[in-house]
Amino acid sequence: MSTSESNLNVKRRALGLNTDWRQYIVYFAFVVVFILFSITLHDDGFLTAGNLLNIVRQTAIIAIMAVAMTFVISAAEIDLSVGSIVALSSLTTALALQANLGLLGAVIAGLGTGLLVGLINGLLVTKVGIPSFLVTLAMMGLVSGVAMWITDTEPVTILDETYVAIFGSGNLGAIPSLLIWLLVIVTIGHILLRKATFGRRTLATGGNQSAARFSGINVARIKLYALMGSGLMAGLAGMLYAGRMHSGRFTFGTGDELSVIAAVILGGTSLFGGVGTVIGTVVGAFLIGVINNGLIIMGLDVSQQMIIKGLIIILAVAFGKKQLSN
Amino acid sequence: MQNSEMVLQMSNICKAFNQNSVLEHVDFELNKGEVHALMGGNGAGKSTLMKILTGIYQKDSGKICIDGSEVQIEKPQDSLAHGIAMIFQEFSVIPALTVAQNVFLNRELKKSNGLIDDKAMIRKTKDILDELKVDINPKSLVSELGTGYWQMTEIAKAVSQNAKILIMDEPTSALTQHETEILFDLINNLKNKGISIIYISHRMDEIYKVSDRITVLRDGKHIMTAESSNLSMDNLVEHIVGKNMENAFTWKERHIAKDKPPALKVKDLKSGSKVNGVSFDLYQGEILGIAGLMGSGRSELVRTLFGVDPLDGGEIIMNGTQLSIKKPKDAIQAGFALIPEDRRIQGLVLDHNVRENIILPILNKVSSRQFIKYDKLDHISEALVKKLNIKTDSIFKRASLLSGGNQQKIVFAKWLASEPNILLLDEPTSGVDIGAKSEIIEIVRELADSGKSIIVISSELQELLAFADRIIVLNNGIVTKELERQDIESEEQLEQAVQGL
Ligand SMILES: Nc1ncnc2c1ncn2[C@@H]1O[C@H](COP(=O)(O)OP(=O)(O)OP(=O)(O)O)[C@@H](O)[C@H]1O
Ligand SMILES: [Mg+2]
Repeated sequence: MSTSESNLNVKRRALGLNTDWRQYIVYFAFVVVFILFSITLHDDGFLTAGNLLNIVRQTAIIAIMAVAMTFVISAAEIDLSVGSIVALSSLTTALALQANLGLLGAVIAGLGTGLLVGLINGLLVTKVGIPSFLVTLAMMGLVSGVAMWITDTEPVTILDETYVAIFGSGNLGAIPSLLIWLLVIVTIGHILLRKATFGRRTLATGGNQSAARFSGINVARIKLYALMGSGLMAGLAGMLYAGRMHSGRFTFGTGDELSVIAAVILGGTSLFGGVGTVIGTVVGAFLIGVINNGLIIMGLDVSQQMIIKGLIIILAVAFGKKQLSN
Repeated sequence: MQNSEMVLQMSNICKAFNQNSVLEHVDFELNKGEVHALMGGNGAGKSTLMKILTGIYQKDSGKICIDGSEVQIEKPQDSLAHGIAMIFQEFSVIPALTVAQNVFLNRELKKSNGLIDDKAMIRKTKDILDELKVDINPKSLVSELGTGYWQMTEIAKAVSQNAKILIMDEPTSALTQHETEILFDLINNLKNKGISIIYISHRMDEIYKVSDRITVLRDGKHIMTAESSNLSMDNLVEHIVGKNMENAFTWKERHIAKDKPPALKVKDLKSGSKVNGVSFDLYQGEILGIAGLMGSGRSELVRTLFGVDPLDGGEIIMNGTQLSIKKPKDAIQAGFALIPEDRRIQGLVLDHNVRENIILPILNKVSSRQFIKYDKLDHISEALVKKLNIKTDSIFKRASLLSGGNQQKIVFAKWLASEPNILLLDEPTSGVDIGAKSEIIEIVRELADSGKSIIVISSELQELLAFADRIIVLNNGIVTKELERQDIESEEQLEQAVQGL
């Protein structure tokens, strides 16, 4: 290969010309939808700072979970239990605060809840060998049940002002704390997937488990870590819900697993493993967030929103499939 | 040739993938009842030409005529409708169904009441199998048959669809010696039925056994077409490689110092039902060949050494210290590398690019504090691509887009990057063209000269004889014979040892 040729290739790669354009469709769709709403909903206040911050707040929590889910799906696994973890961790956090265990106690309770469920998921998948779909489906029911049971479906109010300021309600200057949380998680996730050995091993595991094993990769450990990470981030999401709503509640996070998985797939991560992108995931989450917001402004009710969201997911997966068969 | 009625004529076929020209004005003809071998180095464009014929890819220009009239082949169904069927390397039969159910898959015969007529399908399948003189029960589940019969099921399926042209792309790579012979008989029967066959393979001896004519492609160009009987093997090789390749497979005697203790000592190794107490020594700088029939436990032996299969008993001693190998990571740390036998399943992540595949075993070495140093990797990858002469337009090309032989070279590159002390090579040249094969043999010799110890499994005895210093023969998971290379006078002698005569 001559140098000029290889330079050309590098340039083309930088421009994304050599790669499948479908990987970039989410960016394109985001821009199109955003411009469309900016024009049509301009008079309804879509573009106001208030509304845009609102979108960020509504989307950040989903996006944080989706970053971790990107690893799970890249490793060709799935985690359906994230929504239920949100509910339980919001409650354990609130209970810890109520019991005056302090900020640290609350953090340990919230994150610990997520990590523990993730660990159980991971061990059942890797040690017992049950497919993650079944493990996390069962865990979804189990954890939801526990969340309803521990307070007998009663919400737990949070009075700790520092806690709610840090986790979800406060601002740093003009920037909502939720956005800061999101930026931190996205940065870590992106670097972990793109630049660190863990990410490469995760993609190899999802791409071809057998070849990964022959290459000396401990695929069981990769899957365990991915599921633990997903649990941990769902735990954090529960804490953020709690901070935002000044309470813990068993209804928090209900159905979030759908939005989270949709964001990941829309973002260009392959449902079949081996291909993943954290940035794409975040854009996917925001695409869903913007559409939701636009539909609300347009005055559509919840049922119509759900229908449209369902259609988007089907479209996204259809595109994903096409990419595979090419 | 008695029958020279032309059934297929491809002329002036051109094809490029993103400006990279893969086929340039290629002509190819096929007569009725003829076996026409398509040969050429890795990446020469053989599979691409066939994919154009079967409607998987579209030609950029050129003409395809069947029985004298031009046809448009835009999708696989079109090619089937014209009587062209490809016998896929990645088998397309469904193991959970019976032979008859597979043959009539999606074209099930029905009774007047609309339900499936199993009896009729079994009867018809039996007729076809009888006609082809293949001894399979149409009622047996495909999963219970050897893989050789999977292919025959596919062929029967093609014949039942009235295929006139069969394409076989490296059909023998997964077959045992015995199955290969059955396949060749089957090919003869197909010829007698007037079916034409396009046969792709890198194995010279096979080509001369089955083909009537040979066409050679090189770098996407048609080089020549000739009757097999008028073409000497040396001549053929020269056309394929583009240069004189004499002595490619001649053995060179090497001196191995055996006064020092062995680099690897394997004692009474046991694993599952396939490895039943294997012992051998391997000296530094030595190339040890392992011969044996398919199923003799060769692959399982190296897989056990590499920690993929469980170690049920015995000792592995490296330079005097006993190793405990429980998983591949342990083996890699001890300095082993394994080039597994099935590159698609065990060797590569096909959806990832060349560089990403090469780095997998060396992730720890090229990263500091878990961060991968990509610039360093680019250098390593580029150097290996060059060293092994891998044909790819960049290290960022997806592995699935490379030709079969070049994929095999990536697996090789991947393990060279890990700089192992002991290399375990399981069929390292399967699907690799003759030029690359001799390059790989040369690389293995160089590695051995530089002090690495090598264990190599190969079903191609000619190749084994070309580079092994010593050969052990496995049978039913035990060593039945050990031969110094200089004591082996002919391929027949080794063949007999392998057959247990
Ligand atoms: N879909 C594709 N996109 C880009 N390049 C491709 C694609 N398919 C094949 N190629 C390139 O075309 C060339 C010819 O490939 P092909 O598979 O036809 O070779 P081949 O003669 O069958 O080789 P082998 O003996 O190794 O199987 C190779 O350089 C390969 O990388
Ligand atoms: Mg090929």
